[in-house]
Amino acid sequence: MSSTVALSHAKLPRWAPALVGVVSLAAAGLPAMLLGWGLFAWLVASVLLFLAALPGWSLVVEGRRSAVDRLMTGLVWSAFGVAVLPLVWLIYVVVDQGAQAINGEFLTYSMRGVIGDEQGGVYHALIGTVFITLAATVVSVPIGILTAVYLVEYGGRSKLARWITFLVDVMTGIPSIVAGLFALALVVLIFGPAFRMGFGGSIALSLLMIPTVVRSAEEMFRLVPMDLREASYALGVPKWRTILKVVVPTAIGGVITGIVLAISRVIGETAPLLVVAGATDGVNFNLFDGRMTTLPVFIYSQYAQSTPAGYQRAWGGALVLIAIVMLLNLIARLLGKLLAPKKA
Amino acid sequence: MAKSIDVSDLNIYYGDFLAVEGVSMTIKARSVTAFIGPSGCGKSTMLRSLNRMHEVIPGARVEGKVMVDGQSLYGPDVDPVAVRRSIGMVFQRPNPFPTMSIYDNVLAGSRLNSRKLSKADADDIVERSLTHANLWNEVKDRLGKPGQGLSGGQQQRLCIARAIAVEPEVLLMDEPCSALDPISTSAIEDLIHELKSDYTIVIVTHNMQQAARVSDETGFFNLKAAGQPGHLVEFNATKKMFTNPDEPATEAYISGRFG
Repeated sequence: MSSTVALSHAKLPRWAPALVGVVSLAAAGLPAMLLGWGLFAWLVASVLLFLAALPGWSLVVEGRRSAVDRLMTGLVWSAFGVAVLPLVWLIYVVVDQGAQAINGEFLTYSMRGVIGDEQGGVYHALIGTVFITLAATVVSVPIGILTAVYLVEYGGRSKLARWITFLVDVMTGIPSIVAGLFALALVVLIFGPAFRMGFGGSIALSLLMIPTVVRSAEEMFRLVPMDLREASYALGVPKWRTILKVVVPTAIGGVITGIVLAISRVIGETAPLLVVAGATDGVNFNLFDGRMTTLPVFIYSQYAQSTPAGYQRAWGGALVLIAIVMLLNLIARLLGKLLAPKKA
Repeated sequence: MAKSIDVSDLNIYYGDFLAVEGVSMTIKARSVTAFIGPSGCGKSTMLRSLNRMHEVIPGARVEGKVMVDGQSLYGPDVDPVAVRRSIGMVFQRPNPFPTMSIYDNVLAGSRLNSRKLSKADADDIVERSLTHANLWNEVKDRLGKPGQGLSGGQQQRLCIARAIAVEPEVLLMDEPCSALDPISTSAIEDLIHELKSDYTIVIVTHNMQQAARVSDETGFFNLKAAGQPGHLVEFNATKKMFTNPDEPATEAYISGRFG
């Protein structure tokens, strides 16, 4: 025998995975039909069959390395399916249930004076969510970004910087109800026990937002190459202008994405808002006086009514909330793309 | 416009670590001075101390004197920002600003400092600097395109244009060609020859042929041993350095018997 290494070997046809997939579905379908399994059990059985059959076939024809490759590929795809399935299912259910509740009146009327099965609306909760979240963003973004600038550009390895990093990490873990109680205590301390205002909710939400904003902005600022800062210093540009005109613009796309993720994270908070901002049936445009309802609180209170109309309105509110989060994410992606450094 | 630099008894520290020890030299105006030597011997550190760029690294400090045309760079009331405005720098890796077009990159020195420029003045500076940097003909039709879309050699010339657009008195170059191919290198060396008539140029290079080609005077840096501070072994006219150096160590390094 010469010492030539064989460079080619037998391969399964390209349609092999598809064939095994169909056969597995069919094979698992037989006991599923006979024993009356549900859709879920049938899918799980098919996947298990597929994961055994394709690598087995490959082992016979292609050899061990290819068989392991096919097994791992199959596992990765299965894990992907497990991760994505609940998400798709959730969106499907919310859209399916919520779409029935959505109509012009639902979006433009509040719940004031609505009794029993009468048509009500989310308008007041929509206003509440937009105002409270916006105010929370206005409070947290400057604090978060300036903290990140300090940590990256000035703090270095100083004690203060390490303490701030530690405290930000701790803040990330604050249960939202604790943030709510803190904001309530603050509002009560200043304005008296019976006082409620939407801005109190914003304070609670900013406590939850700030650590996320700090962390993501810090990551993005650290990604800006030192070369660019040096190039700017070497042109006789002071440090503060370098930060403002080189570091921040270079990182802005990622920073905005981080901010929007932080917003998406807090826009669905219920507990702290129920505590501080309270709940109301009517529209309130004043952030600084009176109770304000947000969408999650609206969903919660409608669900708590335990009537068909209440459930219906809760699903409708959930769909509106998801639509808002989706819209925010799209806007963030668009801004990120528009503001990111361009390549030719 | 171009200025000479007098360095005397310069020690450069990073924290407690003495990186460069006891350097004294005179860099002549309107000439090219090259620093050569093995890696880690302090050439770049030395270069960066000439416009106080080493201070960007936390803990870096300097003892001794650097005088530019009779003014001390390290006096107590000297503003490092003002120093860097009159002593420009080009780095080893091309670093155009990714958020800016070619046009804005050239004007970065003014734009970042929010200096107001009329459109005509701005156009004039851009054309003059790019022409000076031998880049004008290649980019004049796409000044609005991002600077990072250029090739490596073009990017480096863009960085040189950016550095000379603020009309510094001295231009420091830290291995400006080490990331470039021979064609781009030769373009930049030609450029250095042309710039010499207006600027004082100090260049750090690993390439001894390059030092021999572009410089009028050369300083050879070396380490006594690993972990010891770098020091200036010899500073002489380039012709003499490469034919008949005073120090045997210089000859050993240049002829390739060492390092």
